[in-house]
Amino acid sequence: MIAGRVWRFGDGIDTDVLAPGIYMKKPVEELARHCLEAVDPNFAKNVKPGDVVVAGKNFGLGSSREQAAQALVILGVGAVIAESFARIFYRNALNLGLPALFSDDVAKIKAGDQLSVDPTAGVMRNQTTGAVLACRPIPPHLMDMVSAGGLMPFLKRKFAQGAA
Amino acid sequence: MKMTLVQKIIARAAGKPSVAPGEIVTCKVDLAMIHDSGGPRRVGPRLKELGVKVWDKDRVVVVSDHYVPAVDTESAAILKLTRDWVKEQGITRFYDMKGICHVILPEHGHLAPGLFIAGGDSHSTMGGAYGCYMAGFGATEMTGVLATGETWTVVPETILVRIHGRLARGLSAKDIMLMLCKRIGMENSFKAVEYAGSAVAAMSMQERMVLSNMAAELGCETGLVAPDETTLAAMRAAGRAPDADALSWRGDDGAAYAAIHDVDAADFAPQVAGPHSPDNTLPVDGYAGRRIDQAYIGACVGAKLEDLQMAASVLRGRKVADGVRLLIAPASAKTTAAASADGTLAALTAAGAILLPSGCGACAGLGAGLLAEGEVCISTTNRNFKGRMGANSAEVYLGSPFTVAASALEGRIADPRPYLATAGAP
Repeated sequence: MIAGRVWRFGDGIDTDVLAPGIYMKKPVEELARHCLEAVDPNFAKNVKPGDVVVAGKNFGLGSSREQAAQALVILGVGAVIAESFARIFYRNALNLGLPALFSDDVAKIKAGDQLSVDPTAGVMRNQTTGAVLACRPIPPHLMDMVSAGGLMPFLKRKFAQGAA
Repeated sequence: MKMTLVQKIIARAAGKPSVAPGEIVTCKVDLAMIHDSGGPRRVGPRLKELGVKVWDKDRVVVVSDHYVPAVDTESAAILKLTRDWVKEQGITRFYDMKGICHVILPEHGHLAPGLFIAGGDSHSTMGGAYGCYMAGFGATEMTGVLATGETWTVVPETILVRIHGRLARGLSAKDIMLMLCKRIGMENSFKAVEYAGSAVAAMSMQERMVLSNMAAELGCETGLVAPDETTLAAMRAAGRAPDADALSWRGDDGAAYAAIHDVDAADFAPQVAGPHSPDNTLPVDGYAGRRIDQAYIGACVGAKLEDLQMAASVLRGRKVADGVRLLIAPASAKTTAAASADGTLAALTAAGAILLPSGCGACAGLGAGLLAEGEVCISTTNRNFKGRMGANSAEVYLGSPFTVAASALEGRIADPRPYLATAGAP
């Protein structure tokens, strides 16, 4: 179960605002301090472990740079809930063990709300309003990998078993 | 089952007679491409963690193009790490400062119809111009590809874009793609796009590569053009003999498409996308007259030989406006050599253009040519997201090489067609 305060963003949050190019050669921990600063300068400063990013359509469009998802992981974001995701960001997030969940209910979630998310069941609870909301669970073929913590732990297990 | 081209390629790579959209399959990767930014510095430590080397060193291409040439000790260290890693892995298909990865692959004969290719960069879709499946992946996923030689996909539905007629003078594939970003939007995730029609059949490979490159802006997994004689001629010119069945890689008649869009190539004006998104597109008149500080001709999508030739056709015998800087970063070393041999470079520099090193450079906010707060740039690149080319308040407009060149001449966003009225075809 993931639970935290909501940071609310709109449609088309791209990888250049998630991981600005000018910081890409810096260590990723340093880059993470600039995550989303072009749209909300307070986000990286004030986000707390477990907080949830809620956004509109096509979250993560643009580059394949994995730092876009990794920055959110480093900042402790518990999950990203969006109306829809760009393909590479979606795969990157799950590969890093960051739940990325599609939801048609994002309009019922406001900045600062307390939200709990069960990514397996696909159920969210807006504790501020009391509303029970839906998200699409992580697809079954990826659930093993996400529960292992991402692709690296999953591959380690696979290689350890000599199955690769 | 009637299959689209992308289904056929995925079926072959998955070892199945057929696949249907929505099916989840594991595919054998024919080729993997990584670059200095998302490549060795990020996959190297992870492969070490797994205790494995790349699954097949002859199926891996490494290109240093993002941090080239080094401008500080950080970029120098990334490039050195890349060279050292390539040596350690025994990889011979390594292109160090030879150009941008998506242009390098076809130039050096790495693309062929029917291949399933994983690229560690979002514009990997560009490879689809050769009738192969090529899609972008992040670094952890590329680690998996390099470790196992496999990846998974959900078989995508295909959007068919048919481009009819003939492009008028001063129009290019770039204008079509900017128009499509607006018309079909940027949210076509988990779908493929295939381009067909008489205008595509008449296009050179470099123009088809623009269609496939900006499939990424449409949000598509890959962007394909079925191979024809133009494709095979380009492969031969790059030193790769096509397979006997190369032309059999095409969708079945009667295959099902997610949507079919018809575009009349003759019926539109040059297109410009305003800040801060490629779908913020208007015919050039909508933005004409906006003052610019910089004109940039660069990137995989916008600085190939034909792009430089388009710009030269506008700039030849003319001068860049006072107070405007025109920066040109040819897409590859081969591009520079060819543009030098045919007089294109001389026409560009005589007009006042400044040449920059080949690489991703300013397009990705990495190299020379970044923008200060409040500056305005028109660029042949493919993305203009906030902060991408420098300061967050900088404004980037996207246009074709024709439009960027004409804007450099006027110091304002300008329609290139008046400059071409009397000139020979580019």
